[in-house]
Amino acid sequence: MDARTALAPPAKSPVPGGRNLHRFANPGRFLRLSGKVLPWFSAAGLVLTLIGLGWGLFFAPADWQQGDAVRIMYVHVPFAWLASAGYVGLALCSLASLVWRHPLADLAAQEIGPVGAGATALCLATGSLWGKPMWGAWWVWDARLTSVLVLFFLYLGHVALVRAFDDPARGARAGAILALVGAVDLPIIKFSVNWWNTLHQPATITLTGAPTMYLGMLWPLFIAALGLTLGFVAVILARTRAAVMERRIRALLLAQAQREQVLPRQVGA
Amino acid sequence: MTHLTYIIAAYGLFVVVAVWFSATAWARMARARRRLAAIDPRASR
Repeated sequence: MDARTALAPPAKSPVPGGRNLHRFANPGRFLRLSGKVLPWFSAAGLVLTLIGLGWGLFFAPADWQQGDAVRIMYVHVPFAWLASAGYVGLALCSLASLVWRHPLADLAAQEIGPVGAGATALCLATGSLWGKPMWGAWWVWDARLTSVLVLFFLYLGHVALVRAFDDPARGARAGAILALVGAVDLPIIKFSVNWWNTLHQPATITLTGAPTMYLGMLWPLFIAALGLTLGFVAVILARTRAAVMERRIRALLLAQAQREQVLPRQVGA
Repeated sequence: MTHLTYIIAAYGLFVVVAVWFSATAWARMARARRRLAAIDPRASR
């Protein structure tokens, strides 16, 4: 990457709608804004997670059928939501990168990948730990489980692909295409429990209907989900801030090296 | 509490992964900030 392009303000977007997005593409503005919100997101995420998980683990009632194993739900369900939501974020960043050439979108997508993979791995692992005592099996090739496993591989594929090229811009472009194509897995995950006969239960909480869960279980679940979402966003913001600063460091070192190369030639002439 | 082993394993796994991701993100950010400040104090602001 050229030192000038790394530090220059972003180019005007050729596509309508890109101008508003580019207001937030300035790395300096992003660092300032994220620096202000990051401590609040981190603190609120930590407090809400502790309240939600503590409530779910020690005070929420056990399920009449599942017993205390239902307490795994308070970590499993938020990570299932975050795995899908993270991929939506990855796909949106990829779209912004491909269509509007948003300079921060590439970096954000690159940082969402590993965190999303971690959330999906946690969803699968905690689901397995919940499935063993309830279904008698660690794993079944059920449509919901398999589609989430595909999501995990999509995340890993994205992480590997963006790092597979010498030119970071080409890696980001290839990763963005993969992320957009992979988004087809999201509705499959969502509707898998309706489209196929699955061992996994159908959705308990929907946007259209009333939840079929006792409120004493629903509240800690929502609080834990909110806390973990804030924590998830905080980790991605922190990683993206680090990536922006690392890019600046590379650009400054490159500019310094270019100056040092030019100077001896001028002195020699 | 029933199924205690599974519950401890699930929550333990969560704690390990959450702490690892948070710690590495913060350490990376702090390292980048330090390096940037060393190279160009103006740019790190």
